[in-house]
Amino acid sequence: MTDLALEIQALEKEYASGVKALKGINLSVTKGDFFALLGPNGAGKSSTIGIISSLVTKTSGTVKIFGIDIDRDFNEAKRQIGVVAQEINFSPFEKVRDIVLTQAGYYGLSKREAILRGDKVLKSLGLWDKRDEQSRNLSGGLKRRLMIAKAMIHEPKLLILDEPTAGVDIELRRGMWDLISKLNDDGTTIILTTHYLEEAEQLCRNIAIIDHGEIVENTSMKELLAKLDVQSFVIDLEHPIESAPELSHFTFKLQDPSTLIVAIDKQQTMNNLFTELNKLNISVKSMRNESNRLEELFMNVIKDE
Amino acid sequence: MSRKKEIFWSLYTLTEKEIRRFMRIWLQTLVPPAVTMSLYFVIFGSLIGPRIGQMNGIDYIQFMIPGLIMLAVITSSYSNVVSSFFGVKFQRSIEELLISPMPNIIILIGFIIGGTARGIIVGFLVFLVSLFFYPEFKIVDPLLTINVLVLTAILFSIMGFLNAIYADSFDDITIVPTFVLTPLIYLGGVFYSITILPQFWQNVSLANPMLYVVNTFRQGMLGESDISVSFSLMMMIFFITLLSVLSLYLLKKGTGIRE
Repeated sequence: MTDLALEIQALEKEYASGVKALKGINLSVTKGDFFALLGPNGAGKSSTIGIISSLVTKTSGTVKIFGIDIDRDFNEAKRQIGVVAQEINFSPFEKVRDIVLTQAGYYGLSKREAILRGDKVLKSLGLWDKRDEQSRNLSGGLKRRLMIAKAMIHEPKLLILDEPTAGVDIELRRGMWDLISKLNDDGTTIILTTHYLEEAEQLCRNIAIIDHGEIVENTSMKELLAKLDVQSFVIDLEHPIESAPELSHFTFKLQDPSTLIVAIDKQQTMNNLFTELNKLNISVKSMRNESNRLEELFMNVIKDE
Repeated sequence: MSRKKEIFWSLYTLTEKEIRRFMRIWLQTLVPPAVTMSLYFVIFGSLIGPRIGQMNGIDYIQFMIPGLIMLAVITSSYSNVVSSFFGVKFQRSIEELLISPMPNIIILIGFIIGGTARGIIVGFLVFLVSLFFYPEFKIVDPLLTINVLVLTAILFSIMGFLNAIYADSFDDITIVPTFVLTPLIYLGGVFYSITILPQFWQNVSLANPMLYVVNTFRQGMLGESDISVSFSLMMMIFFITLLSVLSLYLLKKGTGIRE
């Protein structure tokens, strides 16, 4: 028995237009993992997910899902996967409950079993009150939940979410994070692609970064974040100053007379920073991260390539 | 759950969805052919028909009935599948089917059953309308009539499926019905027997596949046909098999549905 939920070897995809979207990538995701697949637009994320879920045909390479080679028994492999696509892909005229029951039926669930599971999923995702509404009448957030309900109806062991929170407001996004985390806690392996790097940092244990069809980083989130050499913070000052201070180990930039941006070397502590600022009679009112830590890393990795 | 049961439930689900789709919009899918055919019966049957007299020894309105039923069955079966399958492609809900473990043959059969069901229901409705204009109508060979009805609906459902596979826009799903299907049906003996044509055009008409469908159905309903019924039935079965194999090949290859 394999410990891997997903095993990709030398996967290549060349589209009819001649665009080479994947250039022989290798990727492994262990069972029970919460895995992030990051990359800029056009990097090859959607092609990878499309191949795993059968929406895109691969040019060469192997893909195994829980040890099942998709070239040997794709239908059995498909039973293990649930896919939350990036774009809404249900009929706008069907009722919410019908959409979920239809998806259950496509997976071969009997009418009785589909109703039992469908009602349970709709209740757990807060869609029960909307079950008789046509899907086009749902808000953007509820449509996203319906996408998850569809993907969960056959109780997949691997759930792939392709930018599930794109265009969703913060409150709903956080609600969805809780929901996905709970699924992972219950044993479902999760693969997440997202543009919100904060999302990946908060949720995922392991990460791969893909760029120009190649995996440029594949490690644990902890190890990746440990590579971060410099962190930037925004400091709101108690009293305005005229120019940015100059200190070794710290790089300052004055955004406006009351706001200072500081880049701190990894070796330095916050205590050192505050001591130095005190010496200069600069008092700090508040402080916050300038940007997401992973974002800085991501940009570095992509830039390096 | 066994694979056979899974396959049964997936086919049941797709078929139910397809039938529910056209039943929900019955005003667009079932009523228009009945209304259009009523107008044909009024104008060509009741008003002009008596002046024409008989066609191959049969009252003109009676001669028209099988042809008009076939016209409705063919267009309904074809348009049901082409619009439904292109619709799921357009809305991307085809992804629901493709990511599921449903075999391609079940996807094909599900859409064919949907198109066939609509074709048969519309055919039956047009027949009921025709009884209003010609109450004494009696079907000569019910078994042949039903066989031809079902085979025709299946054949044109598959054709609609193939059209939808290749279609990239809404224009693509109207071009074939408008510029190919309708002219062939109208020139395929719906309103006349090819025996009234000069020999040259009779020979040309024999190359029109609709002629075989319409005449075989007329043989079933009236016991009168311009062509060989057994040849026509064999050709229908041959084309159903050929086009089904082609559809399955395209589904496997992912033409028009997978990147």
